[in-house]
Amino acid sequence: MDDRVILRVGTKILSPFILLFALYVQFHGDFGPGGGFQAGVIFAAAFVLHALVFGLGNAVKVMPPKVAYVCGAGGVALYLAVGYLSMFRGGEFLNYSYLFGVYGYEHDPTHGQHIGIIGIELGVLITVFGVMVALFYAFAGRRRIDP
Amino acid sequence: MSQNLPALLVVVPMLLAPLAALLNRSGPAWAVATAGIWFSFVTAIQLLQRVMAEGAITYAMGGWAAPIGIELRIDLASAFVVVIVSSIGAIGVLYARTSVAAEISEDRHALFYAALLLNVCGLLGISVTGDMFNVFVFLEISSLSAYSMIALGQDRRALTSAFQYLIMGSVGATFIVIGIGLLWVMTGSLAMMDLAERIPMVWESGQGDRTIAVAFTFLTVGVTLKLALFPLHLWLPNAYTYSPSAVTGYMAATSTKVSVYLLMRFFFTVFGKEFSFEQMQLDMVLMPLALVAILAMSLVAIYQTNVKRLLAFSSVAQVGYMVLGISFGSVLGIAAGIIHLFNHAVMKGALFMAMGCVMYRIGSVRIEDMKGLGKAMPWTMGAFVGGGLSMIGVPLTVGFVSKWYLVQAALAEGRWFVAAIVMVGSLMALIYVWKVVEVAYFQRREDEAEIREAPLGLLIPTYALVAASFWFGIDAGTTSSVAISAAETLLGVMP
Repeated sequence: MDDRVILRVGTKILSPFILLFALYVQFHGDFGPGGGFQAGVIFAAAFVLHALVFGLGNAVKVMPPKVAYVCGAGGVALYLAVGYLSMFRGGEFLNYSYLFGVYGYEHDPTHGQHIGIIGIELGVLITVFGVMVALFYAFAGRRRIDP
Repeated sequence: MSQNLPALLVVVPMLLAPLAALLNRSGPAWAVATAGIWFSFVTAIQLLQRVMAEGAITYAMGGWAAPIGIELRIDLASAFVVVIVSSIGAIGVLYARTSVAAEISEDRHALFYAALLLNVCGLLGISVTGDMFNVFVFLEISSLSAYSMIALGQDRRALTSAFQYLIMGSVGATFIVIGIGLLWVMTGSLAMMDLAERIPMVWESGQGDRTIAVAFTFLTVGVTLKLALFPLHLWLPNAYTYSPSAVTGYMAATSTKVSVYLLMRFFFTVFGKEFSFEQMQLDMVLMPLALVAILAMSLVAIYQTNVKRLLAFSSVAQVGYMVLGISFGSVLGIAAGIIHLFNHAVMKGALFMAMGCVMYRIGSVRIEDMKGLGKAMPWTMGAFVGGGLSMIGVPLTVGFVSKWYLVQAALAEGRWFVAAIVMVGSLMALIYVWKVVEVAYFQRREDEAEIREAPLGLLIPTYALVAASFWFGIDAGTTSSVAISAAETLLGVMP
């Protein structure tokens, strides 16, 4: 699509806003509708748009399949890491209230709850984003793109 | 950490799955998978011992107690199923090392082991959770990983059979989630123990009793699709035939078993026996289907020319035995069903693993290609005969123990006809096992000298299961006493 100036310029202008909106949805998820899954899809949409307009080759340069693969697995690991951390600190699995506080010092459990939910939502975002991009590559590429 | 064991049982394989995928190399990924599944196995044994000593264990995920949060609840029935899944998984992952190296291309090994870990995690999760929606989530984890593992088969038909399973499995999962949704609408709760109290209240109030009945129907159809009860079994033969040998051995022994457990959990814990069997007259539906499954599927198995396909149809028939046990609704019947869960897992696992050995050496499991294998691969065919004896139900094997309890349960209710059909099913198993044995032992092949015995990496796990099928056939007291207590817990009649 080398000759479609409006599309090319429009994509360039839109992309940062799409990414920003994804982050808005992500952090809004703590209080209202939104959250990691939706944010991950929107975040991936920016890359899909880029691939549609500038071609798969350019998109792969920006976002190599290997990175998408690592994101897909890494996000799950981050999610679970939060769960394990709260378990090692004496609470149940994913009990964020235990995330902070040293022995002897009472720490407000709501701090842990804030950080905990951000942590797992971030894990969800990274995984959904990685898997969405990987799915797009799988369908768009004629041959298999190896991680 | 010991109070966290119920959660660790599920989340250790879950954490190691992305790790295996990130390592992206065959050897390390296998090591990670082995570590994860063996950890679950050891944990499962500990949990079973604790449940037997102290009664049901509950664990509040994230510190949120039951009706609001997600609760893991391990009673005797779930602990028993957890041991089945994790022990077969532990043996299956050892078997997978050699088998997968031969059948799956190198660059996909890490993803295979990640999928295997996720499958174990999903199946264990279904067994231990006490929350209806959580059941659905874990069901999807286990199903999605199963589809991808089946699709890795060498044969190109593996792709279509995985797709077929994907469609059927998704229909089943959708039915289950519709059922759960209807229950939630009527009761406002998703926790199983809470639902068990609220459903009778809604039912008796007379308002929305039809919704409860519809929810019950959706759940029944959804779960029976997943466990491949007779008319809903169409996905199973292809999926088992074309998937990699290691996957067939593992899946045949675990995934349908967990679905049978789920069926019992829904019928007896969530809805209660009285509702399921008296108001909904479940036995009138399940028993005929189970009997038809035993007869028709054994008959179909006799006419197969591919041994994996033969064993797959035999699996559908064996699911019939388990459901038959459940459909009696008595302690003895349900105990027979639970015993058969374990026994069938052991013997079918052994049989499919023996077929994996054959596949490894001669690259085919068609009956006519197995001529003379009794001489060329004596240990492999010995394992097949061992598993086959169990399938038929010869005394001193686990198959006999299952049939014994099943026939006893049938006779206790005076159902001579049902007991006779169980016997006929055994005779039909004799025919299809003999078909293979005859070709392997009494026909000669030209290139006999060129075929070597399967490697030890495959034989040792296979023989572990064969040995278990004899051990628990002789020492049947352990499994049957656990199964009877599990059945009593499910029915709520504590001794």
